[in-house]
Amino acid sequence: MSVSGIARASRAHPGFVAALIHRLSGLALAAFLPMHFLVLGLALEAESFTGLIDWTNQPWVKISEALLVSTLSVHFAGGLRLLAVEFFGLTRAQSLWIALALAFGLGVGVLFLMKAF
Amino acid sequence: MSPPERVLKVDIWRGGESGRTQRFEVPERENQTVLDVVTYIQRHLDAALAYRFACRVGVCGSCAMTVNGRPRWTCRTHVSRVVRRGKLSLAPLANLPVIRDLVTDMTPFFEKWQAARGRFVPGDGPRDEMAAVSPGEKHRIAASDAIECINCGVCHAACDLVSWREDYLGPAALNRAWAAWNDVRDGDRNGILRAVVSGGGCHNCHTHQSCAEHCPVSLNPTFSIAGLKRETLKAKLRGELK
Repeated sequence: MSVSGIARASRAHPGFVAALIHRLSGLALAAFLPMHFLVLGLALEAESFTGLIDWTNQPWVKISEALLVSTLSVHFAGGLRLLAVEFFGLTRAQSLWIALALAFGLGVGVLFLMKAF
Repeated sequence: MSPPERVLKVDIWRGGESGRTQRFEVPERENQTVLDVVTYIQRHLDAALAYRFACRVGVCGSCAMTVNGRPRWTCRTHVSRVVRRGKLSLAPLANLPVIRDLVTDMTPFFEKWQAARGRFVPGDGPRDEMAAVSPGEKHRIAASDAIECINCGVCHAACDLVSWREDYLGPAALNRAWAAWNDVRDGDRNGILRAVVSGGGCHNCHTHQSCAEHCPVSLNPTFSIAGLKRETLKAKLRGELK
């Protein structure tokens, strides 16, 4: 018998939430990468690049960038936590480490946002 | 005049792989385990209800079921801890074939224990020589952390990877393999690593840690599997695994 549904009761714990955030942030970053390379490519064409830089001065773009930086930092810190579990046998207080990884990521995002405005 | 008796509403899975839930009403007691509730139903309301138990005290590992959506050992789960608005929902363990009602077929579970080579293989040494293993030795401590498994199948039912990949050995079998690998008296420890590195082996684990979250005796199969990942990697680098 299988139990279906992503919100099944047996998944309601920090380890699964951390894995879900890690997977979704990874997918989001992978989806963003082509856009990132497109912008880098545009840097060679001064006119369109300047236009793009103007476009990024809008507040909603800055907030999106901060979210993106947060996503990257959360994924990075979550990845370090996973490596610590798998290679160094980090065993104690997993929910604390998960919370620290999330706090680090969101903190980096907030710092980015403060600098952006 | 005594107060009116309070009643638990219990929905239980009836049938095999396909079936339906059936509602029973059971008197609520101050001290009552989920297994007590199932036993009450079988003795007083429907003698045909199939379920499995033996020791009733958390040793044998045979009474595990899905209680309100998560796997638990029912003999040590008090109703008061899990009841929601007077209701309990009981189903057989997930990730295993259902025989009938609350009884699953544990055959695939134990076949995976065998596939992970979680049993002792003696070495070539003389039989009258007692192996000296210090209690403080690194491998002995690691084995102690993994050894108290009661084979209940709760971690197997909780594991997402088991539900995603049929040949995945699963947390219980791999935890056992880790305990066995840490037995320095074993005559073929690399044989264990070979068994757990194959297709459905330890490297499938995504470290969701549901096994550790739900294990009724507080073992941590995720970390046992992480240990196997490290040791298989080391053995591979040393050229001991093909």
